[in-house]
Amino acid sequence: MATLKQVARWVPSHWGAGHLVLAGFLALLVLAVSPVIKLDLVVNGLFLGAIIGLGAIGLSLVYGILKFAHIGHGDFMTLGAYFALFLLSDLFPRIGLTGAGLGPFTFGYPLLLALPLAMLAMAVVAIALDLGIYRRLRRRGVNPVVLAMASLGVAIALRGVVQIFWGGGTEQYPRVSKLFYRLPMDVRIPPDNLFVGGLTVVLVVALYLFLTRSKMGKAMRATSDNPDLARVSGINTEHILWWTWAIGGALAATAGVLLAVSQAQLVPIMGWRLLIPLFAAVILGGIGNPFGALVGGLIIGVTSEISTQWLNPSYKPAMAFLVMIIMLLFRPRGLFGAKD
Amino acid sequence: MLLEVCDLDAGYGQTQILHGVSIRVDEREIVTIIGPNGSGKSTLLKAITGVVRPTAGRVVFGSDSIAGLSPDRIVRKGISYVPQTENVFPSLTIQENLEMGAFLRRDLGRERLPRIYEMFPDLVSKRGDRASRLSGGQRQMLALARALMLDPTLLLLDEPSAGLAPMMVDGVFDKIAEINQTGVAILIVEQKARRSLQQSHRGYVLATGQTRLEDTGERLLANPEVRRLYLGG
Repeated sequence: MATLKQVARWVPSHWGAGHLVLAGFLALLVLAVSPVIKLDLVVNGLFLGAIIGLGAIGLSLVYGILKFAHIGHGDFMTLGAYFALFLLSDLFPRIGLTGAGLGPFTFGYPLLLALPLAMLAMAVVAIALDLGIYRRLRRRGVNPVVLAMASLGVAIALRGVVQIFWGGGTEQYPRVSKLFYRLPMDVRIPPDNLFVGGLTVVLVVALYLFLTRSKMGKAMRATSDNPDLARVSGINTEHILWWTWAIGGALAATAGVLLAVSQAQLVPIMGWRLLIPLFAAVILGGIGNPFGALVGGLIIGVTSEISTQWLNPSYKPAMAFLVMIIMLLFRPRGLFGAKD
Repeated sequence: MLLEVCDLDAGYGQTQILHGVSIRVDEREIVTIIGPNGSGKSTLLKAITGVVRPTAGRVVFGSDSIAGLSPDRIVRKGISYVPQTENVFPSLTIQENLEMGAFLRRDLGRERLPRIYEMFPDLVSKRGDRASRLSGGQRQMLALARALMLDPTLLLLDEPSAGLAPMMVDGVFDKIAEINQTGVAILIVEQKARRSLQQSHRGYVLATGQTRLEDTGERLLANPEVRRLYLGG
């Protein structure tokens, strides 16, 4: 560890998050135009990172307001993805809603309908779980570790529900294969990833506007800052919790559906597998900072994609873990964490 | 009478801190509660605002019994509270802090904002800054300003001078007097109480969770025993 700490001294201590991110991207750019790293991996890593980021934003919001690590978040993604599957391959066909291959994408317009419904469903599920489980524990004044362990139980239970209804096998949304876009420098982008990127941008901008412009969004930030002061200011913090769960659940559902689309498959363990990258992104961005979590997600996505150039892809979560450990060693408050 | 607290018991979990505390605050009055560390001063304020649930006794505000109500309902009735520490939202801007003060009544908040900036002119130029960038004295001013956003009739202040430089302390107490001039009754809890008692109409001495003495500010300041025990001679 001594050598690692020596390396840490090279990083000027007054460097802010902006400097670090900029330095990181410049380094990446240099590497990417050099033959060392395939630009293709960097670009597609960004799309994977966007999905991780969407999940991590919710996880970070929940941590900021409820102050516990919500281990069930990966399985929120899974359940959201499977709920969309239920709509796309079961409910919608019965009412004549079918289709695939909309424009350049592999999926059809029913997905555009299924996605908001899955978001809504997961928002409701998240609030229901809070009322049924987490709120009871909170009222007993349990510590955050107990809440985290309860959420581990929720994670396992949710995956169990998925397996009861869909079994343990691999599923797919209705899709038709499409050609990848070929860009210069050997970059190949699956068209669906444009949807992933576009939707992520839209949702992140919407969330930003909500948190900085709306009364409820500001109250959410206030509650995350100082829950006691929020209460004596007259903010009903129970309502804030509901909003937090609703947003976290909806974003997790989106991440799950996008993951199922971009990987062209659903497995019951898909969200659980992403849990370590999610937490790595949250820690990287500074715990409780939703936009830091997005940047963290992008970094994790790119890093783990690049690693596949030399390592077996099954080591991707290990890469996320490695990035997380390095961050904790050198800058435990994360890129954008508060300085206290 | 504006606020009447009668035989109030309160505490945290199994630990009872207040044992039958009785105080009152009249309209437009400044009342200071002094007492040593751990005497239950802060708990009393928390019990009045609903942060801590009273286990026995009465709290009557105006004509309503408010013991056991949730903080947001008590705020709505016209009691604002400034905690001793962590009394601003650090990652929110000054303006957003003030908006949160008026969370319950956005319309009233819009109306009050210019008036509040008039009272706290130092905050105007910093309205877009995060509260974490303020100095200790400015932060205390912001905390007062936030608490005034709903135009309360009673303001509860927990050690407003704690951790401030002597010069800042004067500024804060001048501002408290100014707020009182606008018709707001103020209940202050202070450990270093000399400055606070000087401008109080009345005061109480609280020790081990019980009311020990009640008198005018002047007479408490002159009382030899109070001087020896609580005012540092």
